[in-house]
Amino acid sequence: MSTNASRKRSLPAMLLFFIIIGSVTVIWSGPFLWMIIASFKPQTFGGLDMASLAPNFKPTLDNYRMALMSAEFGTLYINTIIVTFGTLSVQLVTVVLAAYAFARLEFRFKTLIFYMFLMQLMIVPPILIVPNLKTIVSIGLDDTLVAVMAPYFASAFGIFLMRQTFKSIPRDFEDAAVIDGCNWFQVLRYVLLPLAKPALVAFSIVSIVAHWNEFLWPLMVIDSPDKMTLTVGLASFTRAAEGAADWGLIAAGTMIVMFPLIVAFVLFQRQFVSSFMFSGIK
Amino acid sequence: MKSELKAWVYLAPALFFLVMFTYYPMLQVLWDSFFFKAYGQESAQFVWFDNYKRLFADPAFSQAVRNNLIYALGTVFPSLAVGFFLALALMKSTKFRNFARAVFFFPTLVPLIAAAALWIFVYFPNVGLLDYYLGKLGFGPTQWLGDSNIALYSLMLLAIWKNAGFYMLFYISGLQGIGEEYYEAAELEGATWFQRLRYITLPLLGPTTAFVFIIALIHVFTYVDHVVMMTHGGPIGSTNLVLYYIFQNAHEFNDAAKATASTVVSVGVLLAISFLSIRTMERGIHYES
Repeated sequence: MSTNASRKRSLPAMLLFFIIIGSVTVIWSGPFLWMIIASFKPQTFGGLDMASLAPNFKPTLDNYRMALMSAEFGTLYINTIIVTFGTLSVQLVTVVLAAYAFARLEFRFKTLIFYMFLMQLMIVPPILIVPNLKTIVSIGLDDTLVAVMAPYFASAFGIFLMRQTFKSIPRDFEDAAVIDGCNWFQVLRYVLLPLAKPALVAFSIVSIVAHWNEFLWPLMVIDSPDKMTLTVGLASFTRAAEGAADWGLIAAGTMIVMFPLIVAFVLFQRQFVSSFMFSGIK
Repeated sequence: MKSELKAWVYLAPALFFLVMFTYYPMLQVLWDSFFFKAYGQESAQFVWFDNYKRLFADPAFSQAVRNNLIYALGTVFPSLAVGFFLALALMKSTKFRNFARAVFFFPTLVPLIAAAALWIFVYFPNVGLLDYYLGKLGFGPTQWLGDSNIALYSLMLLAIWKNAGFYMLFYISGLQGIGEEYYEAAELEGATWFQRLRYITLPLLGPTTAFVFIIALIHVFTYVDHVVMMTHGGPIGSTNLVLYYIFQNAHEFNDAAKATASTVVSVGVLLAISFLSIRTMERGIHYES
């Protein structure tokens, strides 16, 4: 579209473009702007002016203090970090091995098994919460963090991404390493993985975000408050604060949950965007 | 053969978890859906299709199916359209456009449950963000989540806000893949902006659209966190979606019969979508990576 279209754009047209896109951008960010402002707003304003985005007040940390007191955010954070990075660590092993097999080895039923994995992109774990819970209970893993992670240990998306990446690396590199006396693990470790780093980073970012955000499944398998994840904790926290119409508290609680994502996104925006471009499937 | 054995060893871990948490549960839930265990009974009875009969006789289920179809139509097409137009506007990289892209993309990153927490306030009657600013424009208060005629549409708006920026990314990369020469040729022929859009951009973005469409479709059947958080399927069942119905029957009502039968129905629908779209997905994956 672009260049030839914009080449001819007149000044008023450009102005109109900026006004429209600018206002849509402001409206789009409305809920987040509100969250940031409301989380620092003193309670004394009462409910009526709570929606105002005008920063005409003296900022306070009271909402954050209250939020940290009314929920065990420390525990929730630790559990979420365990779940997120635990899932990722196992995924990296299963994904890299399977992707290597698909990219480099010949075996029977290769196409069939490839399609079996492809199907997982659509029959996603949330739809199977009922039988998966039964499986988890039958192996005695209910109410554990491992149960929260287990259904995601094999990632079809990761396998496809890595398979494509491995395929794009010339075989000569590996052959040279083998001639130099490398075994397959050394080939993987010193030749393939370093070359596949961008894809590994992309997969890791998408996986971390997906599992940081996961809600329905942890809600199903976890009963003990000390094993809950941030999203599950935020849901019950919000329900309580909503009952009290304590909007500043909800804003602060949500901010606490989203904070690492915000920081990571601001620092590595380009990396995030390109990772999600890779993804398609979370 | 050595390579054969090696391949199976490498595949084993991923295959194990794939079977354990995707294929085994599919068969298990199908099997379970033919059994009924009455309250207080020792063992389950094989009841043929009774659970399905009960499921289809349940007005809450047919309502959830209907809601899900409306929700799918009202979420998928608008969010694709918004994503497409945002991509058109923000395709070129400038400071301002990159910032705007980040703003539109950011909702994709945050947990749906956090978005829902914020949007509870956005939709709160009278004092909420939406009513507060609409009030300044002279509109009266609205029960965005409390009115059974509106609540489902409110959830759709949230879903569009959350996902459009994600689809925008794919359209940006799709647009950047279209060669400049097409537009130059069209311009020589005197094609208008709209004609270029209609006869060059849209057809060449066909594969992108197909791919994004399927992602969006999967989304509307597999994410109900906002329903759990904001409406519990209400008021009077107006925001009940199929996965929420499954969740409710499994988690709150302990109605295993309905939970298993409705899971089988959902898996069936997703399988049908899969068989129709597997080539697109495969192409999309090759193409995106």
